[in-house]
Amino acid sequence: MVRQKKKERLNQESISEAWPSFKQPRLRVLIAKPGLDGHDRGAKIICRALRDAGMEVIYTGLRRTPEEIVNAAIQEDVDLIGLSILSGAHNVLFPKIMKLLRKKGAGDIPVIAGGIIPEKDIPRLKKIGLAEIFLPGTSTQEIIDWIQKNIKIRAKKRDT
Amino acid sequence: MGSSRKENFKNAEKARAFHRGLKKWEKDYQKESKLCGREGKTFTSISGRVIKALYTPQDLKNFDYLRDLGFPGQYPFTRGIHPTMYRGRLWTMRQFSGFGTAEDTNRRYKYLLSQGQTGLSVAFHLPTLMGIDSDHPMAKGEVGKCGVAVDTLADMEILFDGIPLDKVTTSMTINPPAAILWAMYIAVAEKQGVSPKIISGTIQNDILKEYIAQKTFVFPPRPSMKLVIDTFEYGAKEVPRWNTISISGYHIREAGATAVQELAFTLRDGIEYVEWALKRGLKIDDFAPRLSFFFNAHNDFFEEIAKFRAARKIWAEVMRERFGAKNERSWWLRFHTQTSGVSLVAQQPYNNIIRVTIQALAAVLGGTQSLHTNSLDETYALPTEKAVTIALRTQQIIAFESGVANTIDPLGGSYYVEKLTQDMEREAKAYIKKIDELGGMVKAIELGFPQKEIADSAYRYQQEVERKEKIIVGVNAFEMEHEPIPILEVDPAVERHQLNRLREVKKTRNKRLVKRTLSDLKKAAQDEVNLMPFILNCVRAYATVGEIMDALKEVYGVYEEPITY
Repeated sequence: MVRQKKKERLNQESISEAWPSFKQPRLRVLIAKPGLDGHDRGAKIICRALRDAGMEVIYTGLRRTPEEIVNAAIQEDVDLIGLSILSGAHNVLFPKIMKLLRKKGAGDIPVIAGGIIPEKDIPRLKKIGLAEIFLPGTSTQEIIDWIQKNIKIRAKKRDT
Repeated sequence: MGSSRKENFKNAEKARAFHRGLKKWEKDYQKESKLCGREGKTFTSISGRVIKALYTPQDLKNFDYLRDLGFPGQYPFTRGIHPTMYRGRLWTMRQFSGFGTAEDTNRRYKYLLSQGQTGLSVAFHLPTLMGIDSDHPMAKGEVGKCGVAVDTLADMEILFDGIPLDKVTTSMTINPPAAILWAMYIAVAEKQGVSPKIISGTIQNDILKEYIAQKTFVFPPRPSMKLVIDTFEYGAKEVPRWNTISISGYHIREAGATAVQELAFTLRDGIEYVEWALKRGLKIDDFAPRLSFFFNAHNDFFEEIAKFRAARKIWAEVMRERFGAKNERSWWLRFHTQTSGVSLVAQQPYNNIIRVTIQALAAVLGGTQSLHTNSLDETYALPTEKAVTIALRTQQIIAFESGVANTIDPLGGSYYVEKLTQDMEREAKAYIKKIDELGGMVKAIELGFPQKEIADSAYRYQQEVERKEKIIVGVNAFEMEHEPIPILEVDPAVERHQLNRLREVKKTRNKRLVKRTLSDLKKAAQDEVNLMPFILNCVRAYATVGEIMDALKEVYGVYEEPITY
């Protein structure tokens, strides 16, 4: 798991840490890759684009199980989970992730997804609770706009 | 003397006329650009290379025909590795294919062969690619999805049922478990009564590009390299017509590399394999003729053609000068090409046929030995039979109708193509030198160097698309209402069938033999001897891919990549 911050922001960052009241809360996003495929070009581009848009991005790396993804989301207390998958196993893995989130009391974390996902699967995926599915050709700006419009920084109360 | 002075005078006059013409054109060009409102606009290739408005003999001042091009079949092979090229034999039309169970894919192979395809290319499903069995918890939902499920020799027997392995050549895209799947193929040939000495084909077996780009790795780099060299050594002796590696730029490009990065990292990977094989004590001319390459054909037509030509030239030089290979076949860069998957788009998918045509044409004009053309529906799923037929027909139309195969290297001598070829050669060599300085490719990978270079290029390109500096028809320009197309669905029953067969095989095989061959393999891995004979024994005993990989994991461990973006 890594977090990378834009270099230019580093100075500002240390100032904010010195004076916590100045710190702008930032949206925390987990970008996760379930499934066995190693296609991480899209996931990595999304990570950079969201980071450059001012969000705090945590990337899981490849081939994570639903358990690993849900645990990471809870531990990192994220505001949003983005799943990237190109293997075709989304109909098996996404329901598992959604179920597990609810089971662990984190069903309020919104989940979005992208990758190779046939359109006919979208209604079913939305029904199990995915907030949005982004298909190939979506620009990073569209995704950023969607997130800024629809996702709020959550009250971090879960572990208390 | 008098006639030579006259000649000199004539030449000087010609040179003056050339410069007058050039000057006038430059002025006219500026004036007209201004009128078009495009003054000072920069034109770049898809890789971000700045392209001039015009190329003339001035760009090729240091050009030397014999040194830079030579003749087809002659060093440095810029124009092609064979004296006849496509006039002697067309490229092999080889569609990468596999889905569902071995039965499903066997039917697709027979269909493709009946439609004039000339070689097979196996796509395995992700669990096989990762070296786990269909009954592994991580395989849930993946069985038969991205390729055909192969767990044991029993699946492989069905996959090639009724396909004569002495007549067809087969390419297998498989990396960490390459030795295992190759052993299965050899075992099937034996069962068909075909000697391993005459079977022919390719295993991808290129582990370096997995760490760099495709990310299908299991063991850490160093033991993985050891396994690759085992296949070189075994192949040279026992399966002499087999290409034991396909050194692949394809995936490096798909991950976002520029054309030069693809070229440079691929060739540097090639150098790494040669160095490791020499360290093992193999003789260069014993294994080098079996090294093959695999490149991407992307959208930027001329840049791609130049890339293929530069690749042949650099490799010939590397083999002759750096490694002192004496056999001409060691100097040849033979390559397969696949059109660019990442260039296909979901919007207005029929347009993908045109993209594939342009890319395939570049591959042919670049002198490829075999070609896979992608299908129009592959941004959605594996291709339908109808879509894959169009893709195959695309190659046949290029081969038989376009006339481009009538002459060898038809773009040779183009000021633009030759200049691009020279530039790419120089830039690729600079990368190769940089990686040499880092201590080789394994070291560079451990440092994350190629990974970082590629991620930077991918991000830069994405930003260019979003700023509409690069236009993608149907995506950021000329958009239209979406029109759905039929897509291939893998029957959910596939997983059940596959699990049943695996259970059946596990029940009926000789359990003691499996156990013994696996423990022999483990011991051999600890002893650092060539593992191929041991893997063959495991396979013949119907040990599963997962069992064999697990035995090796116990000795070699598994690799976790550093996570960066």
